Amino acid sequence: MEWRDEGIILGTRRHGETSAILEVMTRAHGRHLGLVRGGRSRKQQPVLQAGNRVDIIWRARLDEHLGTFQVEALDLNAARLFDSAAAIYGLQTLAGHLRLLPERDPHERLYETLGLVIEHLDDPAAAGELLVRFEIMMLDELGFGLDLSECAATGARADLAYVSPKSGRAVSRGAGEPWRDRMLTLPAFLLEAGLRADNRAMEDAFRLTGFFFSRHVYEPRGFAEPEARAAFLGALRRHQAGLSAGSGESAA
Amino acid sequence: MSTKRIAGPEIERLIQLLAKVPGLGPRSARRAALHLIKKKEQLLAPLADAMSEAVDKVRICSVCGNVDTTDPCMICTDARRDPSTIIVVEDVADLWALERAGSMNARFHVLGGTLSPLDGIGPDQLNIRTLIDRVAGGEVTEIILAVNATVEGQTTAHYLTDQLSGFDVKVTRLAHGVPVGGELDYLDEGTLSAALKSRTAF
Repeated sequence: MEWRDEGIILGTRRHGETSAILEVMTRAHGRHLGLVRGGRSRKQQPVLQAGNRVDIIWRARLDEHLGTFQVEALDLNAARLFDSAAAIYGLQTLAGHLRLLPERDPHERLYETLGLVIEHLDDPAAAGELLVRFEIMMLDELGFGLDLSECAATGARADLAYVSPKSGRAVSRGAGEPWRDRMLTLPAFLLEAGLRADNRAMEDAFRLTGFFFSRHVYEPRGFAEPEARAAFLGALRRHQAGLSAGSGESAA
Repeated sequence: MSTKRIAGPEIERLIQLLAKVPGLGPRSARRAALHLIKKKEQLLAPLADAMSEAVDKVRICSVCGNVDTTDPCMICTDARRDPSTIIVVEDVADLWALERAGSMNARFHVLGGTLSPLDGIGPDQLNIRTLIDRVAGGEVTEIILAVNATVEGQTTAHYLTDQLSGFDVKVTRLAHGVPVGGELDYLDEGTLSAALKSRTAF
């Protein structure tokens, strides 16, 4: 058995003294693991870092075998992300989400988005928006997609302001007002391309996806929310607080 | 396929155990075992005594997580070391490497690994609580994060920085860049961009 594909590294685990087991999100073969002989060598270690895009050849005698990877670097993103707490936590959050997918199940749309998110992870202003959109896509791929196209109660497509925690469908401001305490806020930037998210909208967006991740994914599997996700949100808040403090100082 | 036994069970056991030592495989373990047996009085017996003594005496330092025969370890009790600076390392091997470099007379803290979701290692599995306690003691003014330049190492570094943010302590980290003797042509793009980013005035 042999195939060639490109992939983004999600993690590496030591195997023996010289080898490593690599976990990769590939374009056409989904999340896939494989053994990299000599994966702990000085030459290979910089390549086998999470976030790097690589060209992979997988070989095994039988399809169900772990198999071996032959890896060549395409884009070495990891080193660029080291300095940013948001980027590093974001990377771990992305990897944690992708581990929820079954192995060897292709998700090309997720792969494309993953590449885009990683490209902008070191820009905290963009990273938050991209990651929350990735989470919405993840929920969709896991079979728990949100329907944000129209109001669940009236069918209206305008002024959608809430999401029903029961159905995961959007609700218009008018229809949702009486139950606003029980509704999840739907930030406008998730509906309209080109709108930038402020702090509050970002918090609302992550609360929205976090709610459905907890209910449909983590709780049924007995998982807690990944610590990296909370750390990512903390890093975003610190970044925003730093920006506000900076603009406050300059205004003063 | 069964392996033919070539020696008594005691020697076979010695070979099997030696084969588990890093750097030794089954073949090299046989060679090592044979060498030890040939030098029974000069090498095998003293080695057995030294190992037995190590089993009895080696312990983990309750202050820094280093291994030594005393608790606290010799580094923690060394009055000549600067108690205001702590170098945080992943493993005892890293501590020994930095001690070989001998460029800082600081104290250490061994985490015992890095945060690694793939291996199921979270903050509770690492020696982080004692580091926070040491910093809370008030004597420490600088923490040097000497973790590996890997995604797991840097995740741990950022996590520690978050945990230490409430204390009046300077958190620094090792530089990333061109190693001594390194030729630019052979370095990966990630190392080169990190080196360029952290360039210094010359």
